[in-house]
Amino acid sequence: MTTVDPSGADPIGAGPVAAGRPARKASAALPRSFKERPPGPGARFSEWLDAQAKTLFIMPAVTLILIFSVFPLVASIVIAFGRVRLRGGGYTYRFVGLRNFEKQLFGSEQYHFLGVFTEISVFGWMMIIGAAVFLIWWLIRYVRRKFWWLGFIGRLITASLAFGLVALFAATTASGNQFGTLGVTLLYVGIGCLVQFSIGLGLALLCSQPIRGKTFFRVTFFVPLMITPIGIGYAFRMLADTQKGPFAPAWQWVGLGDFSWATDPWAARSIIVLADSWQWIPFIFVVLLAALENTPKDYVEAAEVDGAGGWQIFREITWPQIMPVAATVMLIRVIEGFKLVDLPNIMTSGGPGIATESMTLHALFAWRSLDLGQSAAISYLLLFVTVVICVSFFNMVVLARARNT
Amino acid sequence: MSKVKRALLSSLAVAGALTIGAQSGVADEFDGVEVNILTRPGPVIAQRIVERGEEFTEMTGAKINVAEVPFAELFQKLLTDWSTGTNSIDVGVFASGWAVEMVDGGLLQDLDAYVAADPDINIDDIAPYFREYNQKIGGKTYLITLDGDFQMLYYRRDVLEQLGKEPPRTWAEYMDVAAAAHGTDMNGDGEPDFGSCIFKKRNAQSYFAVMSIAAAYVQTQGTGEGIFFDPETMAPKVNNEAWAEAFRVYKATGEYGPPDELNHDIGDTRALVQGGRCALAIDWGDIGPLSIDPSGAPIKDKMGAVIMPGTPRVLDTATGKLVDCDASRCPNATDGINFAPFAAFGGWSGAINKNADERTKEAAYKFLSYMNQAAQSNVDVTIGWTGYNPYRNSQLDNLEPWVEAGFSQEFAENYLGAIKQSLNHPNMASDIRVPGAAQYTSQILDRELARFLADEITAEQAVANIEEAWEEVTEDFGRDSQQTMYKLSLGVTN
Repeated sequence: MTTVDPSGADPIGAGPVAAGRPARKASAALPRSFKERPPGPGARFSEWLDAQAKTLFIMPAVTLILIFSVFPLVASIVIAFGRVRLRGGGYTYRFVGLRNFEKQLFGSEQYHFLGVFTEISVFGWMMIIGAAVFLIWWLIRYVRRKFWWLGFIGRLITASLAFGLVALFAATTASGNQFGTLGVTLLYVGIGCLVQFSIGLGLALLCSQPIRGKTFFRVTFFVPLMITPIGIGYAFRMLADTQKGPFAPAWQWVGLGDFSWATDPWAARSIIVLADSWQWIPFIFVVLLAALENTPKDYVEAAEVDGAGGWQIFREITWPQIMPVAATVMLIRVIEGFKLVDLPNIMTSGGPGIATESMTLHALFAWRSLDLGQSAAISYLLLFVTVVICVSFFNMVVLARARNT
Repeated sequence: MSKVKRALLSSLAVAGALTIGAQSGVADEFDGVEVNILTRPGPVIAQRIVERGEEFTEMTGAKINVAEVPFAELFQKLLTDWSTGTNSIDVGVFASGWAVEMVDGGLLQDLDAYVAADPDINIDDIAPYFREYNQKIGGKTYLITLDGDFQMLYYRRDVLEQLGKEPPRTWAEYMDVAAAAHGTDMNGDGEPDFGSCIFKKRNAQSYFAVMSIAAAYVQTQGTGEGIFFDPETMAPKVNNEAWAEAFRVYKATGEYGPPDELNHDIGDTRALVQGGRCALAIDWGDIGPLSIDPSGAPIKDKMGAVIMPGTPRVLDTATGKLVDCDASRCPNATDGINFAPFAAFGGWSGAINKNADERTKEAAYKFLSYMNQAAQSNVDVTIGWTGYNPYRNSQLDNLEPWVEAGFSQEFAENYLGAIKQSLNHPNMASDIRVPGAAQYTSQILDRELARFLADEITAEQAVANIEEAWEEVTEDFGRDSQQTMYKLSLGVTN
């Protein structure tokens, strides 16, 4: 039985939250008769409140998460398994099982989501076999070294997705076939994040040096991050216009006046990656600059005294120290990269053909035409790919490094 | 109280209210009433609603609020707002074809009683196609027309005269003229200009253009035949040589267009036409008024308009092949050429949310009627930037407002003549008006067309993909109900 002041007042003025434990410790010094006195209604309420405090404090946050996050997640999976039609007074719902997913993966939308599979080239087959061998070896190595069933299941999911993506690449791009919105999304994420990280890190390294006008560069490099993606989309569309844009004379001078980036799949994708990179490099730059400026200088100075070169210092001292921050910033960028929608929507509307259509844009187009089931199914496929890739990245890069250190 | 009695009484109540309102036309009639309207972004369509709304507020006290969303999101925003019971929107101004799905869902107010009690709308002045077809679904009025839409062929009279060419009547002639004009300087800026300008951007208006081209290849027997489905089976009428040829023609026009035409929507194309850079262009009625706009100075009094080009080879529905026209196969042909002017989009029209309160509905109807009435609309259709095109007989027959607006007598006759020829053509082709229209056209047709234009697939693959995807949509919505709606949309009642 917890013993407290029957009046419910806090004798030491520590407030209601602190009332529990000090009171329990103090009870040992009280006379027996006082200790056994039954508590009054105020004390019982305080006791109940004390027991429920954790639940009460956490309830608003949990409720908000349930309303704004979990409920839409559950509702959208229900939609993904059905056909929804909006009508007066609500909607009609017809359960269709996995048909929406089947349509994307094996049905009439397969070319749109995954790509076109006609004939797989020899190089494609080599890639598929190579990936299969490597992934099986990777799983066997894990089983032999340290087997934990949960870890094995996680690796099995990672290996399956990795194999699927390699097979997709081998059957589409490597075999001269067109890839779908999944491939376009992975391209934006892979190439975009690589470019952004390389330039962002480079700029951060430059600005961490004792150079003149450092503050000016920092502010200048940060500006693109504060512009809305729609504005960036329109701005790059104008800048890249070979007919009327500000660089039109330069295009014409080099003989590309009749070339339009918007009609060439790879040129269109490149311009979108360029615009996306222009916006997001500052984010990587700012975070990495902060990480660089927080690294102890004495290690670097000691290495310089010992005659280490710039690259050696970066590889052995700087990189290991900023690596956790770099991994985190990349994780955030990868997640954001998977959701890219504004730029292709504004700049190309997913064209030419479906060459620049990301998965999010694919889902948006289906949603616009009120094909809600397809839209939800595409969103869940995107969620699956994003979660598996990000969790795998976190486990294999961030946690692996934490374990090693 | 029986349903009939209730309907009669409510009709009488509406009629009474409208008659009193119409007769009085007094300020403060709708004091405190707000009408929320949703439409596409301005200035096209939206801006004139704002301006007429201010006049209407002065006249009646009703406040007209106009909200704008991107064209591609307009349909789903309206449908979501009305079906979920949010009802933040009282009036939608959108494509008349979309209304079928809304009426099917029980979302739109039947306006028959309002129209019957409105002495100012002069309903008989609205051209029969827009009055009986554009405004009505299943015989009942659900829409008030604000804009009449047909696609037509525009040409530069001065350029064709210089080249010694006649306005094209077929797509072969179109290519011939475009090839001859391409690369010449048409606006005196020293830069080579373009033989043809037709918007081709994905997720914009390109699918309207290809439907306009396909119509003449597919439909020969009159409006009741339709260009999308077999009315008897609801099987798509798209996987055939006619549609494939339309795809190829559309793509071939790009050879004489600007290099980045694949990324041009209607706005980009109009800017080029107004800048005097195009010998030929396909567009709705807007180019006429835009040519007298100050920004259209390079083309003032230089434009001509004709009915959409036709074809001497048409679809044999039995075999899916293209065959030559003859008297029995093309009963509506002229000189062996089959024309089928396509009522692309149908025109921007206003519809009222069934669940708005009665006062708001009254004010909303009165405002739509005010915009539609000849006193206002006969002026609005002569102004290029409004986006409104003629739909009343008085607009098509009376040249005076056009000449006053800045048209030359010759161009006014030519422009209105082309619209009248399209409107009155016995083989005029109807736009798709069934539930799921957005999926059939703006999603599936648009995507496959874009893939074909980008050389991702052949025309044959594109039409085969469309057929497969259209069948899936038809199955989803229910073949029988879709067939009924499609037949109704073609005016087939048996």
